[in-house]
Amino acid sequence: METLVAVAIGAMTAAGVYLLLRLRTFPVVLGLSMLSYAVNVFIFASGRLVPGLPPILGHAETMTDPLPQALVLTAIVISFGMTALTVILALGSYLNAGTDAIDIEKPGEQPETGR
Amino acid sequence: MEHWIIAPIVLPALVGPLIVLTMRHDELLQRVAGLASMVVQVGLVVALLIAASGGAVESYELGSWPAPFGIVLVLDRLSALMVTLTAVLGLMVLAYAVATNWDRRGRNFHALFQFQMMGLYGAMLTGDIFNLFVFFEILLIASYGLMTHGGGRMRLRGGVQYVIFNLAGSTLFLFALGTLYAVFGSLNMADLAERATELPAGDAALLRVTAALLALVFLLKGALVPVHFWLPNTYALAPAPVAALFAVMTKVGAYAIIRVYTLIFPETLAPMGDLLSGILMPAALVTLAVGMVGVLAGGTLARIVSFAAIGSMGTLFLAVSAFTPQAVAAALYYLVHSTLATAALFLVVDQVRARRGNSSLAHQAPMPGGGLVSAFFFVGAIALAGMPPLSGFIGKLLVLDAIRTQDWWVWGWAVVLVTSLIAVVGFARAGSALFWKPHDVQSPPPGDFQPAAGTTSGLGLAVLGAVLALVVGWTVLAGPATRYAQATATQLFAPQAYIHAVLGTPEERAARMAAVPEVMPEDPHHGDAPATPQPEGH
Repeated sequence: METLVAVAIGAMTAAGVYLLLRLRTFPVVLGLSMLSYAVNVFIFASGRLVPGLPPILGHAETMTDPLPQALVLTAIVISFGMTALTVILALGSYLNAGTDAIDIEKPGEQPETGR
Repeated sequence: MEHWIIAPIVLPALVGPLIVLTMRHDELLQRVAGLASMVVQVGLVVALLIAASGGAVESYELGSWPAPFGIVLVLDRLSALMVTLTAVLGLMVLAYAVATNWDRRGRNFHALFQFQMMGLYGAMLTGDIFNLFVFFEILLIASYGLMTHGGGRMRLRGGVQYVIFNLAGSTLFLFALGTLYAVFGSLNMADLAERATELPAGDAALLRVTAALLALVFLLKGALVPVHFWLPNTYALAPAPVAALFAVMTKVGAYAIIRVYTLIFPETLAPMGDLLSGILMPAALVTLAVGMVGVLAGGTLARIVSFAAIGSMGTLFLAVSAFTPQAVAAALYYLVHSTLATAALFLVVDQVRARRGNSSLAHQAPMPGGGLVSAFFFVGAIALAGMPPLSGFIGKLLVLDAIRTQDWWVWGWAVVLVTSLIAVVGFARAGSALFWKPHDVQSPPPGDFQPAAGTTSGLGLAVLGAVLALVVGWTVLAGPATRYAQATATQLFAPQAYIHAVLGTPEERAARMAAVPEVMPEDPHHGDAPATPQPEGH
């Protein structure tokens, strides 16, 4: 099981990094989601992988570590919200600038409109 | 004093939603609430600073859950200095944004500003490393909103870059935290500091991996080469007052480096050795060079100041990389100086933009009321380039003096001195192109730029002057300031006081353990786990 989880995390991270380097907003958003899935499983595994045990004290002979599960919950909520925000921002940028490229070819500044 | 530690976090956390929910349609009320909240926050953090300056370390257990099981906030000299700097800068920037109508160019400026302050205070006060991640996210989420405040084609595109870069950084932070928890089985910083010393030799490689991953995350926040690419576009495209506030955001990275690598992973720890300083020193030198050459090469004042901010982070990290009490004290003095000076120059950028539509160095007609703005630019540039008589000079002198004991001091001195010269030339070029040469323009072009209403008010200039007065004040008070910085560094390099304040002294812990009935049936990590030492608080 350890090998399977490790391979899954590795594959998702690799896919995430690849998509992150695509320089168009849609693949990059997908890449960030991939990376956050990978990291969620990774944190979950940091409490050691044990099947079939409750994360509660005193219900069985042994228990599984409940803290990583709480941490993953926090990470999931944050990454979920951030994905939504990135999508909205990318959409706004696309509608305003007419391109979904992430690179800014000619970095200038936002001109003031004045009176 | 106990409960007051959480007050600077709770106050903006309450005022922010209040502004969104009850003052949505009343801009005047939003301004009053935002400014009043900032004034109270400055009062609160100054009280914390006075309490911490005595040298005691105060720990506050959230919900009375005892450390290391609950989350703690810790107030020591370093965190008190950082929150005071943040609050004072926040008040100045908010006053400037109100004085120049920046807060009315988009929606929810005041609420986002409060959340930004909450995240910054939390990151600086927390004693739990996962909680540090959560506060990083809070301050980042607020900063995404502030960065794109006012909108516009270029700003939104810059915003997308900024958000993606930081999301990748947050993911890396989570990977580092996962490794950290897998190795140590704790997330409380004081507890981690104790467990790091008791780690079996076989886990040395894991400890080094964790330390390097965390350092990468913090250095990304601190904009050290080669992870500085997010900064120039972000700062140049953000509204200039927001960029002025962001001057303190890179310092959060520096704060985290100083905190974590003096407490959890100090050089005295056998597996660490010079792992971090070996990376930090060359990277800081390159950062300095890249930043100051950027000052020379920038095409707009906004980008020039952005690169100057990168360069100042190079100086700061160069001092930190020595990891001696004297060098960290110098770094802390320089940290406050460079935050204030960078913020002042970004406010100058805003004044220039408001008067002529852009901050480009290209040949343009002179701006109205340019005399006072150019004087402010002159003072700010002197401070940031590190020329006498302002605090930049004292800061660089302290840094140079502190790295004299290192065997690489020749490199440090050479790069700091040469890049200072480059910065002086770069700022002189920018100043003459912006304020001097325009007077050669014979006939102003038709359809001249007209400043928008309220953006060039005298009140904005007064706030800008006040920020520069703070820089002057930091110069005049260099004596007490360096004494405080030295006391802070001494405290940082004797982390026992911090650990005892959070976890209790060994006697207290023994007494607590004797009082607790036996409830833990077994170590949750089972037999296959590497022998994680049991915390003494169990």
